[in-house]
Amino acid sequence: MNIILNGEPHEVPEQTTLSQLLTQLQFDPSRVAIEHNLEVAPREGYHSVVLAEGDQIEIVHFIGGGSLF
Amino acid sequence: MNDPLHVAGMTFNSRLLVGTGKYKDFHETAQAIEASGAEIVTVAVRRVNVSDPKAPMLTDFVDPKKYTYLPNTAGCFTAEEAVRTLRLAREAGGWDLVKLEVLSDPTYLWPNNPETLKAAELLIKEGFKVMVYTTDDPYLCKRFEEMGCVAVMPLAAPIGSGLGVCNPYTIRIIIEQANIPVLVDAGVGTASDATIAMELGCDGVLMNTAIAGAKDPIRMARAMKLAVESGREAYLAGRIEKKLYATASSPLDGKFF
Repeated sequence: MNIILNGEPHEVPEQTTLSQLLTQLQFDPSRVAIEHNLEVAPREGYHSVVLAEGDQIEIVHFIGGGSLF
Repeated sequence: MNDPLHVAGMTFNSRLLVGTGKYKDFHETAQAIEASGAEIVTVAVRRVNVSDPKAPMLTDFVDPKKYTYLPNTAGCFTAEEAVRTLRLAREAGGWDLVKLEVLSDPTYLWPNNPETLKAAELLIKEGFKVMVYTTDDPYLCKRFEEMGCVAVMPLAAPIGSGLGVCNPYTIRIIIEQANIPVLVDAGVGTASDATIAMELGCDGVLMNTAIAGAKDPIRMARAMKLAVESGREAYLAGRIEKKLYATASSPLDGKFF
């Protein structure tokens, strides 16, 4: 099944949850935030949110930035 | 001397806020921040690199427990982008204190006031504590205060321009009317610019490029720390009037010549 991950097509097994996605990608859940189809996905719900075909996922973190790009 | 900055119910000893962008590496970022004495650092929210999960992260070098991370919306051109960004920032870090910045064009990076107003309203409704980047417009700054923003941050000059405080007159009016902290954000080029902003009565100064872009960023960070402290002290001390004629500073009595 395909989802859109950070703007790119990405293949995941059927019934993948957000926590499984993070594990597959090797990201520490405490250091990122996830947007699921334009809505913030609360951290405590990662294990119960199941991805569907075509879902749009953004995984973000903090980077250096000031009053510029 | 104890003269803390109060923002949104929080207290800070440093009145210098610094950005964490544009440094050559995280090591330099950390050293410059340390030298600046800043306690609040602005950070951006961006996509992780999916193909490199073990890449070093800012949080490894700049400890979010030691510094107050101020997520900002640099690079956002609409209210929607800014609100999305800060909702994610709140989830990533758990902080309500944010810096709202919505820009209008890539040449001057001028604040987009209509979109900023829209975003501020939404964010305040959602419980965010909004420090807002804006043009140096006294009326607009008042509007932001009335809406419930916790600080207004008028530009001294365009972001990264290093032109210094271009319009001290409007900054003075903004300070005079404000009941919330006023911080000059953007446009500082060198230490004297920061001092001028503080001498005008600003509660603080936020900068990034002036430090990160200097030949020796760590030394400039230290210079900015001193500049902000000097300006604040001079403001509190109360400067003498400017006069057209000289006034002797030695007594004229008792002269032997």
